[in-house]
Amino acid sequence: MSDRVYLDHNATTPLLPEVAERMSRVLHEVYGNPSSTHAEGAVARRLVDTAREQIAALLSVNPREIYFTAGATEANNTALIGTVEEARAGSQTAQHVVATAVEHPSIEAPLVWLDAQGHRVTRLPVDEAGLIDLATLDAVLAEGPRLVTIIWANNETGVIQPMAEIADRVKACGALLHVDATQAVGKADVDLSRVPADLLSLSAHKFNGPKGVGCLVVKTGVECAPRSLGGPQERRFRGGTENVAGIAGLGLAAQLASADLEDRMQKYAALRDHLWEALTANVPKLRRNGDVTAMLCNTLSVEFCGVAGDVLVQSLDLEGVAASAGAACHSGSIHPSHVLTAMGRSAEEALGCLRLSVGFGVDEAQIDRAAAIIAEQVAKLRELDTNR
Amino acid sequence: MSGGVDSSVAAALLAREDFDVVGVTMQLSGDASRCCSLEDADDARRVADRLGVRFFVANYADRFLEEVIERFADDYLQGRTPIPCVTCNSRFKFDHLLARASAFGADQVATGHYARIEIDAKTGAAHLFRARDRNKDQSYFLFELTQEQLLRARFPLGDMHKDEVRKLARELGLGTADKPESQEICFVPDGDYAAVVETLRPEAKALRGEFVDREGRVLGTHRGIHHYTVGQRHGLGIDNANRPLYVSRIDAERGRIVVGDREELEVSTGRVERVNWIAGNAPAEPVRAQVQIRHRHAGALTWLHPEAEARVRVAFDEPVEAFTPGQAAVFYDAEGGCEVLGGGWIAGPIR
Repeated sequence: MSDRVYLDHNATTPLLPEVAERMSRVLHEVYGNPSSTHAEGAVARRLVDTAREQIAALLSVNPREIYFTAGATEANNTALIGTVEEARAGSQTAQHVVATAVEHPSIEAPLVWLDAQGHRVTRLPVDEAGLIDLATLDAVLAEGPRLVTIIWANNETGVIQPMAEIADRVKACGALLHVDATQAVGKADVDLSRVPADLLSLSAHKFNGPKGVGCLVVKTGVECAPRSLGGPQERRFRGGTENVAGIAGLGLAAQLASADLEDRMQKYAALRDHLWEALTANVPKLRRNGDVTAMLCNTLSVEFCGVAGDVLVQSLDLEGVAASAGAACHSGSIHPSHVLTAMGRSAEEALGCLRLSVGFGVDEAQIDRAAAIIAEQVAKLRELDTNR
Repeated sequence: MSGGVDSSVAAALLAREDFDVVGVTMQLSGDASRCCSLEDADDARRVADRLGVRFFVANYADRFLEEVIERFADDYLQGRTPIPCVTCNSRFKFDHLLARASAFGADQVATGHYARIEIDAKTGAAHLFRARDRNKDQSYFLFELTQEQLLRARFPLGDMHKDEVRKLARELGLGTADKPESQEICFVPDGDYAAVVETLRPEAKALRGEFVDREGRVLGTHRGIHHYTVGQRHGLGIDNANRPLYVSRIDAERGRIVVGDREELEVSTGRVERVNWIAGNAPAEPVRAQVQIRHRHAGALTWLHPEAEARVRVAFDEPVEAFTPGQAAVFYDAEGGCEVLGGGWIAGPIR
């Protein structure tokens, strides 16, 4: 794998060595159940509590507001269904939920489910740059929705929504605000003291932590029904013995992200910009998706006109470059990305898009190599297509 | 790699010969309950892992629906009995997939087909033959391949018997070694062709028409012409105690099914259209050949008379039964009956 170039950090990231080391030590040495009161349990409990504090520091929230989950998908499901069903239990009426048209499937699927339960769902359109329109949001907020859920940074395009402005508006109308910050954490400044959201989802493996662990932030006073019953863990919000090593890894990854967020953002942006320059210099007929002034530091979504993205991803893979067409969860299907079509791309244009995302371990030499391989493969596929 | 034993072993044989192999599963259906589904792709992936070769899924579900399944439905509604596997080979395995192979920098596409290709060392021309295992032979489904396609195709199982293939799969520890044979058309797993037609073309559900005999006497009412095929005897539901009745012709224009005695199935001369000659062009003179008119047909001796517009008039030495429009007529050499000369689509008898 040594000469491969991994440009799919929005799908998942490698563990930082410090995190792997910490988790390995926990796996070897700490076997107690955090719910046990004896010394073995206390050691485990301490690790979980420490992780809670580390994440709280990163997000500027109270540690008591953090509930560990198996990742962002569970957190997103819990946030949406938990708040809406809780509200319904109180008032016995259908609730109104607002989202964007470019949510991740772990938001979109619960929305479809809520809709089927009789709740009302509004999806805010995005413009060609991938941004929602604040005036449209205001108009929808005037209808008095119960919950607004917004993807902070889009997984496919990297487009960052104007979260501070959105949060102010949502809070002013009294609705709950959930943010899916899965792609934003560790790559953008996610600070709930500036963006007063009520709930937030994140996942450790998107910022060099382990897979299978994440958390849901539920601000004090916000009512959200639990989705997993049967244990006292997480203050009865999420039953089940804790994934202690994973939680410890998440905590450390969060701490490391807080420590050098600025440096990371600068470094990733430089690599990403270098990649874009190399591609524009060597590949004709390409365009970039999304608003470049409001974009994650590490993400580059490019449309290569006349090229099938799924074939390009496979041929790049054989040449040693890992990238993705649309989102990773869409592999094996060739439906055009709903994110790109929401931005006004035709199905054919969307199917010609490649998502390149840099991260830990990527250097400039790799970027140069990857750009050369991409240029070569795109030229080859276009040539083959013309000969058919 | 379909996830079945044949393509698994084909891949294994090539990997063993040190070819640089990339496994590809063609996902042809969006429906997980069917062949070429994600579950089969998972089986293929496990085989590829075992062989240490790279593996990808190539999704052609939309195109397959349009180019194969919908055409299959329309053929039935036009009174033909289609055979979609031929199109799947010439348009998908050795066209779309071949294009994908080019994208991957691969020279050839190998499949688990039972058939043989030989390249003439002098002329460089490809010749297509029946498999050594005559019982598994699939050359009938490959008659549409062009020289260009054949030169880039490879059938590693052409010289093997099925039991050898299974034995080898077991020896190699491939999880697909004992997977059952797929007999039916992959997108009609339960053999209910009419149901597939009606799903795609719901208006077919309401179709009704007359059973008539040769003289046009009405014998009953049928459930829509897509329920019937030439030569069919069972399931007609005509009360006729004294003699068995067979479908001898489907009159799509008038929505009629013509039935009659077994002798009425006999055809001495017929026409075949959209003919492909493996050599690349049609012979100038009539040629002797054995012609196979359906998958499980032994072949019949004929004279082939090439006509304009890629058509051929087929004159059988002895009459054949059920020369069914929509099926393939594949031409094999007259002596051994092993080399595929070409083939085409049955237009119908010349009466």
